[in-house]
Amino acid sequence: MAPATSSTSSAITLNINGEKHHLPIDHRTTLLDALRERLDLTGTKKGCDQGQCGACTVLVDRRRVVSCLSLAVAAEGREITTIEGVAEGDELHPVQQAFLDLDGYQCGYCTPGQICSAIAVIEEHAAGWPSAVTDDPGPEAGPPPLTPDEIRERMSGNLCRCGAYVSIVRAVARAAESHAEHRAEAAKGTAA
Amino acid sequence: MREFGYQRAHDVTGALALLAADPDARFLGGGTNLVDLMKSGVERPARLVDVRDLPLDRVEPTADGGLRIGATVTNSDLAAHPEVRRRYPALAQAVLAGASGQLRNMATVGGNLLQRTRCGYFTDVSKPCNKRVPGSGCPAVTGEHHNHAVLGASGHCVAVHPSDMGVALTAFDAVVSYASADGPGETPLTDFYLPVGDTPHRETALPPGALITHVSLPAAPVAARSRYRKVRERASYAFAIGSVAAALTVEDGLVREARLALGAVASRPWRARAAEAVLAGAPADGATFAAAADAELAAARPLPDNGYKVTLMRNLVVSVLTELAGRDAR
Amino acid sequence: MTTTTPGPRAVRGAVGVAHTRVEGRDKVTGAARYAGEIPHPDLAHGWLVLSTVARGRILDVDTAPVLGMPGVLTVLHHGNAPRLNLDYVGMLGTPPDPTCAVFQHDGVPFAGWPVALVVAETSEEAREAAEALVVTYEREPHDTALVAGHPDAYPAASHMPAETEKGDLEERLAASAHVVDARYTTPEEQHSMMEPHAATARWDGGRLEVVDSNQGAVWVQSELAAMFSLDASSVRVRSEHIGGGFGSKGLRAHQVSAVMAATALGRPVRVVLTRRQTFTLGGYRSPTTQRIRLGAAPDGRLLALEHLSLNQTSRVYEFVEPSAGVARVMYDAEAHRTANHVVRLDVPSPTWMRAPGEAPGSFAIEAALDELATRAGVDPIELRLRNEPEVGPVSGLPFGSRNLAACFREGARRFGWADRDPRPGTRRDGRWLLGTGTAAASFGAGAAPSTALVTAEADGSFTVRITAADIGTGARTALTLIAADALETAPDRVRVRIGDSDFGHAMIAGGSMGTRSWAWAVTAAAAELRERLAVTTAVPPEGITVRSDTTAALGALARKERHSYGAQFAEVAVDTATGEVRVRRMLGVFAAGRIVNPLTARNQLVGGMTWGISMALHEEAVRDRDSGGHYAPDLAGYHVATHADVPDIEADWVDDHDPDDPVGIKGIGEIGIVGAAAAVANAVWHATGVRHRDLPIRPDRILAATAPDPAGGAADA
Repeated sequence: MAPATSSTSSAITLNINGEKHHLPIDHRTTLLDALRERLDLTGTKKGCDQGQCGACTVLVDRRRVVSCLSLAVAAEGREITTIEGVAEGDELHPVQQAFLDLDGYQCGYCTPGQICSAIAVIEEHAAGWPSAVTDDPGPEAGPPPLTPDEIRERMSGNLCRCGAYVSIVRAVARAAESHAEHRAEAAKGTAA
Repeated sequence: MREFGYQRAHDVTGALALLAADPDARFLGGGTNLVDLMKSGVERPARLVDVRDLPLDRVEPTADGGLRIGATVTNSDLAAHPEVRRRYPALAQAVLAGASGQLRNMATVGGNLLQRTRCGYFTDVSKPCNKRVPGSGCPAVTGEHHNHAVLGASGHCVAVHPSDMGVALTAFDAVVSYASADGPGETPLTDFYLPVGDTPHRETALPPGALITHVSLPAAPVAARSRYRKVRERASYAFAIGSVAAALTVEDGLVREARLALGAVASRPWRARAAEAVLAGAPADGATFAAAADAELAAARPLPDNGYKVTLMRNLVVSVLTELAGRDAR
Repeated sequence: MTTTTPGPRAVRGAVGVAHTRVEGRDKVTGAARYAGEIPHPDLAHGWLVLSTVARGRILDVDTAPVLGMPGVLTVLHHGNAPRLNLDYVGMLGTPPDPTCAVFQHDGVPFAGWPVALVVAETSEEAREAAEALVVTYEREPHDTALVAGHPDAYPAASHMPAETEKGDLEERLAASAHVVDARYTTPEEQHSMMEPHAATARWDGGRLEVVDSNQGAVWVQSELAAMFSLDASSVRVRSEHIGGGFGSKGLRAHQVSAVMAATALGRPVRVVLTRRQTFTLGGYRSPTTQRIRLGAAPDGRLLALEHLSLNQTSRVYEFVEPSAGVARVMYDAEAHRTANHVVRLDVPSPTWMRAPGEAPGSFAIEAALDELATRAGVDPIELRLRNEPEVGPVSGLPFGSRNLAACFREGARRFGWADRDPRPGTRRDGRWLLGTGTAAASFGAGAAPSTALVTAEADGSFTVRITAADIGTGARTALTLIAADALETAPDRVRVRIGDSDFGHAMIAGGSMGTRSWAWAVTAAAAELRERLAVTTAVPPEGITVRSDTTAALGALARKERHSYGAQFAEVAVDTATGEVRVRRMLGVFAAGRIVNPLTARNQLVGGMTWGISMALHEEAVRDRDSGGHYAPDLAGYHVATHADVPDIEADWVDDHDPDDPVGIKGIGEIGIVGAAAAVANAVWHATGVRHRDLPIRPDRILAATAPDPAGGAADA
């Protein structure tokens, strides 16, 4: 870690969306505020600032976390991905595209968090992680079917007060399907 | 939030040394509870020692069939671990019933055990609270307490411990290992949380400046058939109003071994020893399960607005044990 | 210009066809900027300090220590703040809520009242200084408990009269074969929009610029101008993207304190409410206690109907939650009495929240009708159809279009209502008891004067400018489709700009009136623009702009009962051993006029129904009697429905056409919640045989309920 500039602030480097950002930081600054107030990455939203809504969800080392309860100084050395970093240039991430096509939002304020969370949900599921609604037959069984109930439980850390849950669940299901097809194609390619 | 220093520890000795230098310092794990409490002014540390890079992030099966869980293992990794799911399914279920996917990715096993109550008086610095400001009073006793304790509370504090994970760990005789300036130590989880009495601000038996390093689960074949059920006021992402971790083996229609712990009823995860005593060797039927629940809940002292918890816990214990007995039968 | 009445339903292609949101890409990539997200090089951060006592007086604000803290620029409070003008009536016909007019006196009328603003260079510094600020109070005894029959309650009018009465109620009740007499309560409910209130204020060359998150930029602009005694033209308010509003986002303490601070410091100041602060500063839906008496003939026809509602308001502002208004337009009876009463308590000011009046009122009356259906042995849908009025029960006016019966018929068919066994407590799936319920819905279809600017650009495209607000409704997209049809062009040739008070007077996003009002203005301007273009050979570089004003056209509209309608259906599962309730499926069929964009409309309706689930089962802001303040005012303490609470809800609509209505759009922002909580509660009764008249239907209430009575619903929770 970079040398401290004082006992209560540090000069740090944050690796965000593949880019390194050097900045002096007050230790009190959360990762969320660093993104929004210091780095002009305002796609990550502040809904509660208490870990109770999920609007600030970002990926840290490819895992979803709430950035409001993460200190920026503690995020040094990790790979941070925000909503601004999930598309491939002009091509939307399949989750983004599904939200757009299926109207998986209304006001849009919880949306970046929902999308980052959904991207991680698809990966967690593919990795075989069970959820609270999984009737877990054991680790050998592999990933459970990604039913709407599985999606709902796994996405429950992201509140949507507009009540767009029904279309969000459909969007996540569609993106997961295309993700699975993608993997199957890739696997076939490798096998060939 | 007060200004604070920040240091990242890379080994246990270093972490202890960094903390020891400053009585106002705290260990920072996932931060899901501590950072929130710092924002609300409940916690005002002068320095944080970040322990997430400590080499305590592994779940290791032990030779006798138990598990040794590192203190910085995240909730997510614990719940997904194949041996946790095989040997202690109720533990995986309990962890997955807690918080959200995001928070489980951040929260650590050590931090989970040390999390503070979510009592709304404790988290609001404008209100009295004996746990936060000893001697200031407990407004919950006469105020809002519909999700407060019915077992083991005192007139000084009726808050409940919010952990789901802890309930399952308690059922399975977990032992907490810690490092301290005076050397390593360990405490069974059932003794880890101190009685409320008139000192609700003193919560654990952990020596000052000590760091939880591991939580060990002894081998427990009974735990392979275990279940965690949690009741809350919405379907997900909410703290329990009552929960049960249970394990049961039945032989020839009789209970051979039973483990039972209750959540959201006391200042700590509540090991139901009185119920276990009733269950041992008794017929594995509804009458026994109800008698077991009643034996445990005989000590309940509900407040005016939380008497429903006694009914809830009785029903939940019977329901979970019945389910386990049925599963065992087939 | 004189507004020409647009031709009835000039359907050309865009309207009625699903269209993804025009700002959708910005929303899914994080590019859409909300109010607290516009950078300024010289920005300072304000943090509000709220009272910790529920009633009293500020004795001292000890600013000196705080002014010495790092980064602190100023502390505003009643001792140094500029005096504001509160002697005006706002654009919606209401006076300002003094809660917004911060720091005008030393009085404290409720816990969570704004007492100071700390401004600092960074938000971290402002927060720490705000927490350190010591305010000393003289505390007085408080009363924060809403109870039925409160001695200080009084009848209060709002946009409707306080009381209506016809016929001899007691005589008709006595003559009734079946009588229901029950009390219903709903708790304090919070808007809890995902984006907390945020505003940045700055002076730019003698003009006040406020970037805000609100439901009407002209509304907030006109209030700020009046309050600060400024010329309206010297105030500009912009609000491009809004992270939800639901009635909460009008003039609030954050804009006013930001303007004060920006004026005092001569630099831009941003004030963002914390989630906790929104509980007392953002308004809320008052708790209600309602009493309903119904008397019916043997066949279920209503002879007597009485609906009385009481809500709380603050000491400083009267707000009526007009729950008793529902029956005035929905159900008639020979004797008919309705009354809305309020009581002033030491609590924050309530405000409009999604379907104000209709949401709690429909819960009570639609549950009471369900009780009556059981007593009379009449199917709940049939009971409602037998009580369809010919004209407005109180107004006597004809209905514009009333397609409630069509909603019920279509809904019953799709939900499978015909197969329903009316007996309660008889269906089981494992540990769950199952039940179904239904309820009716209605919401007013109003419009308010608006102006729009439509420009034909030299490149052949069009620009629409209107001070509309898209709080998630899809209004921006709907107006794009409406303008495209009115201009006989494709939607991608139309650019709609909204949320800027410089575009002129327009209705707010509220009362389900926004899209109806704005579409009217856009259509009128587009029609005149097309006339102009027909006689124009070349469009000049600056384009040709036409401005409309619908004031005259609105005034010419015949007086009628104009409403949207709906039939709500829910299936629930109840575990009476644990108290858990889960909604398994839900269907709403609506008659809501012309549906502009089926994609976003369905989402809106489903969103309202989701609110109904949340209202029925989860939402409740809890007040601590001792301190008079909230208990756990945050999103862990105040439960809104999560993903896991919401099943695959279906919403659809029937044809609904009022030949007398030039717009045809009725508005769909609120109808989805109306009756939804009642449908869930009625389903809980059908599942368990226990009637729950107090919301939310929490696990402890299920557990405390008496055992089911299969004989017919005599059991009460």
